[in-house]
Amino acid sequence: MLTAVAAQLVCVAALLGIAVLAVALSRAKAATALVYGATLIVCALALIGALRALLAGTGADEIVLPIGLPWLGAHFRLDALAAFFLAVVNLGGAIASLYALGYGRHEHAPQRVLPFFPAFLAGMNLVVLADDAFSYLLCWEFMSLASWALVMTHHREPGNARAGYVYLLMASFGTLALLLAFGLLAGPAGDYGFAAIRAMPHAPGEATMVLILMLLGAGSKAGLVPLHVWLPLAHPAAPSHVSALMSGVMTKVAVYGFIRVVFDLLGPPNWTASVLVLSLGGVTAVMGILYALLEKDLKRLLAYSTIENIGIIFVCLGLALAFQANNQTLAASLALTAALFHVFNHSLFKSLLFFGAGAVLVSTGARDMDKLGGLIHRMPVTSVVFLIGCVAIAALPPFNGFVSEWLMFQAVLLSPSLPQWGLKIMVPAIGALLALAAALAAACFVKAYGVSFLSRPRSEAAANAQEVDHFSLAAMVILASLCLFAGIFPGLVIDALSPVTQQILDSRLGAQSHLPWLSIIPIAERRGSYNGLLVLVFIAISASLGYLAIRRFSSHAVRRGPAWGCGFSDAVPQAQYSPDSFAQPLRRVFGTLLFAAREHVEMPPPGSVKPARFSVEIHDLVWETLYGRIAGAVDTASKRLDRWQLLTIRGYLSLVFATLVTLLLVLAIWS
Amino acid sequence: MVVISDILVQGIQMLLVFLLAPLLTGFIRKVKARLMRRKGPSILQPYRDLLRLLRKEVVLADNASWLFRATPYLTFAAIWVAAALVPTFATGLLFNWTADLIVIVALLGTARFFLALAGMDVGTAFGGLGSSREVMIAALAEPAMLLIVFCVALVAGSTQLSTVANFIASSQVGLRVSLGMAMIALVIVALAENARIPVDNPSTHLELTMVHEAMILEYSGRHLALIEFGAFLKLLLYISLIACLFFPWEIAVFGAGPLSYVIGAAMYLLKVTIAGFLLAVFETATAKMRVFRVPQFLGAALMLGLLGTLLLFVSKSL
Amino acid sequence: MHSLDFDISHSLAGGLVLISFMMLYQDRLYSLLNVFALHAVTLSLAVTWQAFIQDAPHLYVTAAIALVFKAIIIPVALHRIIRQLGIHRDIETAVGIGPTMLAGMGLVALSMVLMLRVTAEADALAREDLAFALSVVLLGLLVMVTRRNAVSQVVGFMSLENGLVLAATGAKGMPLVVEISVAFSILIAFIVIGIFLFRIRERFDSVDVAALDESRGERR
Repeated sequence: MLTAVAAQLVCVAALLGIAVLAVALSRAKAATALVYGATLIVCALALIGALRALLAGTGADEIVLPIGLPWLGAHFRLDALAAFFLAVVNLGGAIASLYALGYGRHEHAPQRVLPFFPAFLAGMNLVVLADDAFSYLLCWEFMSLASWALVMTHHREPGNARAGYVYLLMASFGTLALLLAFGLLAGPAGDYGFAAIRAMPHAPGEATMVLILMLLGAGSKAGLVPLHVWLPLAHPAAPSHVSALMSGVMTKVAVYGFIRVVFDLLGPPNWTASVLVLSLGGVTAVMGILYALLEKDLKRLLAYSTIENIGIIFVCLGLALAFQANNQTLAASLALTAALFHVFNHSLFKSLLFFGAGAVLVSTGARDMDKLGGLIHRMPVTSVVFLIGCVAIAALPPFNGFVSEWLMFQAVLLSPSLPQWGLKIMVPAIGALLALAAALAAACFVKAYGVSFLSRPRSEAAANAQEVDHFSLAAMVILASLCLFAGIFPGLVIDALSPVTQQILDSRLGAQSHLPWLSIIPIAERRGSYNGLLVLVFIAISASLGYLAIRRFSSHAVRRGPAWGCGFSDAVPQAQYSPDSFAQPLRRVFGTLLFAAREHVEMPPPGSVKPARFSVEIHDLVWETLYGRIAGAVDTASKRLDRWQLLTIRGYLSLVFATLVTLLLVLAIWS
Repeated sequence: MVVISDILVQGIQMLLVFLLAPLLTGFIRKVKARLMRRKGPSILQPYRDLLRLLRKEVVLADNASWLFRATPYLTFAAIWVAAALVPTFATGLLFNWTADLIVIVALLGTARFFLALAGMDVGTAFGGLGSSREVMIAALAEPAMLLIVFCVALVAGSTQLSTVANFIASSQVGLRVSLGMAMIALVIVALAENARIPVDNPSTHLELTMVHEAMILEYSGRHLALIEFGAFLKLLLYISLIACLFFPWEIAVFGAGPLSYVIGAAMYLLKVTIAGFLLAVFETATAKMRVFRVPQFLGAALMLGLLGTLLLFVSKSL
Repeated sequence: MHSLDFDISHSLAGGLVLISFMMLYQDRLYSLLNVFALHAVTLSLAVTWQAFIQDAPHLYVTAAIALVFKAIIIPVALHRIIRQLGIHRDIETAVGIGPTMLAGMGLVALSMVLMLRVTAEADALAREDLAFALSVVLLGLLVMVTRRNAVSQVVGFMSLENGLVLAATGAKGMPLVVEISVAFSILIAFIVIGIFLFRIRERFDSVDVAALDESRGERR
């Protein structure tokens, strides 16, 4: 009988095997169905294994493979934390494979996707399983490269090559930060096993450095502002099922890395660390959703909204750190539960939304929302599930997004018990930022859904759209039902998460699933309770009461006619509210300051027949001030160094000679 | 037996808000008319309007989708449930434990989300205009609302409305300037959320500055009736919320017997009447502001909430 | 722990901070002056209350000075100045109102964190008064920094001084002489600024302080 961790590793090996197989038969016709079918089965098995490990709560399970560094080997470990993230990874992987069974058929160069897709999944699984710094970094890099290859699938499309380049740069930077972090963690003894790191005490200064490096390393992969720049370029560039995995799952692997190092390996935190995490999270949430709001490319909008959700997760983690630093473990476990719940939720609805965007892309060929519209009439199933995804991500009851948001606000409301004045005053402000982010998310998804699925078609392609295939629909329907399920039975999810908080914080929320009427009561009934099921039932009952009363008492007559619009019926569909015009009020309120947005109106003089022109100018200040300067500096430096490239032989020789002498001098002074 | 009486009292509350909501709007309109030295329609006029709308046929735009037709029922249901969750004459009712203040706010958010979508559905300029402005106002009101919740929860140690009302009624609170600030902030948020003057004008139909009315411009007949009813309910909900959070006097505790229910109900009616009167006076005395002044107005609510919270920290910790 | 004494003085001092915020929010000169008068009235109430609970009769004098000078004479005088000079009644802000209020919030949070940490040993009333007083002072400075108009800068300055008075009354044992001298120095400052206003107006036909910069050649 295999141990749990061995079973997971077998699944990973199977995924790698599929990748090799995919290279071999990439030209075959049945390759797409074969590869995705096999991936689906393997991921489903891995999911079952992970869920069993999580729910059984049998404690950690380790294995050492004799590969990698000779004195270290490769350690792998399956504990509750890893099991939860494995469940998220493999759930996402399985459903993405199901979706790709249909979606993958439209791929014109399948050989560029098929080998890397299972390899990418294998990489993510391995990162979560790794139990020493060396294999962790190796798997991390493998995951990054596999996803980079997937980003470069359509490398001839404009902008994608740049996306891949930026992604590669940022991924290398992130890995560098992680490398330094693990170097600090291992200390002078250089024991890279996680068990050894965990056992070792860490000096406060060192711990702070590790935290900052982890924020840089894991944060750049997860998309924390200002390290997010690659994300909205790279995620949409990949095929949609891969975008779903990158946004819904890979960012979560980064969150896993952060939790593993900061909560598990680093030991008890300092409260000042939480200030950093909280403020970064709050800024990320608001900036991410504001970017999304100004975006008119559907997939890029989703990628920006991922940044927002990562911000929310990091705020929860910051709260957990703050509570843990003050030994308020129950509150810390509430905050951590909220973070993990949101990790799970976001993996569900973001995958769902990317699948929906993929379906729209397949049937209309457009990602630009200015070319969409009216899809609700032609893609009935997709439009329903996409709507569910929108409601869920906008954190509205009775779907799952609201539950994690509610838990988070409950954790925010516990903050007055923190003794530090700085935190006391900061947390409500962060809470207000999150409320702002939630409301902006609702606005953003009203825009996304309203412009692409409602209103009149803005292009020929949108007017002739077709519903997509059954595999894609099945994948989306499963995700939508999971969103509803987690929203009305949140107690079950919270209970499933409790082994993780038990492992990390040594504390857990009270068991929820046996509470009457399936309510959730995180701390105490007096403080606050929520019952998603009853809310849904009440809404259903009152809606049907209203419907029945109206059927009974009112007129049934319906007349179809042209839209009223106060008599101004717009002749052309292009004159409808566009993504840009929908964002105008919020752009005016927030954009003037944060994006240096300016509106220019060019009005021809009376009598002229020239058209009036309206243009909006928006600056990405993060890119311009931070990255633009760095790029500029690199440019100048390389121009300076350019001179050294064409020297005479004598010149080169003297360079070598000078270097040699300098090194000798250094050695002489050093020793 | 207990469950049956629970359901009964809860049912009475749902029926009460259902019946009272149009009356409140009629009352406010009447007072406003009198303040302008007009005679004004009878205070029963909103009921007549609703019945009239129900009897009219629905005119749908050619490209209206199922979402457009389902939205009135959904929003009405969400607002009605939210209104049933706010304690009016008694606390601790059956539904009160299923949801706290945050859930109530989020339920109203759900209603608004669907209304804004419906505004986009037909694809006219007015719908889009209304929707985009409505979500802007909501985005600014929500953080202020959270800080109000925070402030109240800090005093009462709960977000559960019944608990909060009982705590504040119990006079352990003393004099709190923070609660006053939270109340003003909540009034500002309520004005914005209910599309009242000075944020929006509930009685205009053809002005470019309008928000809510532009969004529902395409609705007619029974759909319009449901949406209007939803708006009436929402106004009553916010007034009940203000009354329950800041003036919970004589509110009956659950199971206190019919007499205290009757007293609670009478007091509730009195509170609603006073609030309606004040609203009418305020609306008559104020002018509507430009749309892009609204962020400042709501920003003031946000600041009040934050300042109230800060002051509360100070007074609680000393 | 929470006596009525404490609650009332808390409310009054908190009200003073709130009114400072209202000054940040105003965009008309006349309403700014009215809010300033309210500020002074609240201050005098707060001081009266302190005089009552500390049983310090000299504080009544302070309260009376605040009421007479700041709530009545100065606002009335400024009203007249505005009318006589025909100053444009919109306040031109250098920074938008939203960001200013956010900055104000940050300042209040800062002063609370700072004061409550520094004054851990003092008694509750004094600690709180000091924290609020520092907020009022900082908010007054903020008004001065973010407004272009000289009149609103004067108002900012006066509200800053109100913060000082609040701090002085909270800290027991501030001699009366000091307070009276502070009050008179403010009065003199007011007169000087008043004359100054007339002079600027005569010279540059505007009370926008940017005109001064130009005459110094700072703004090219």
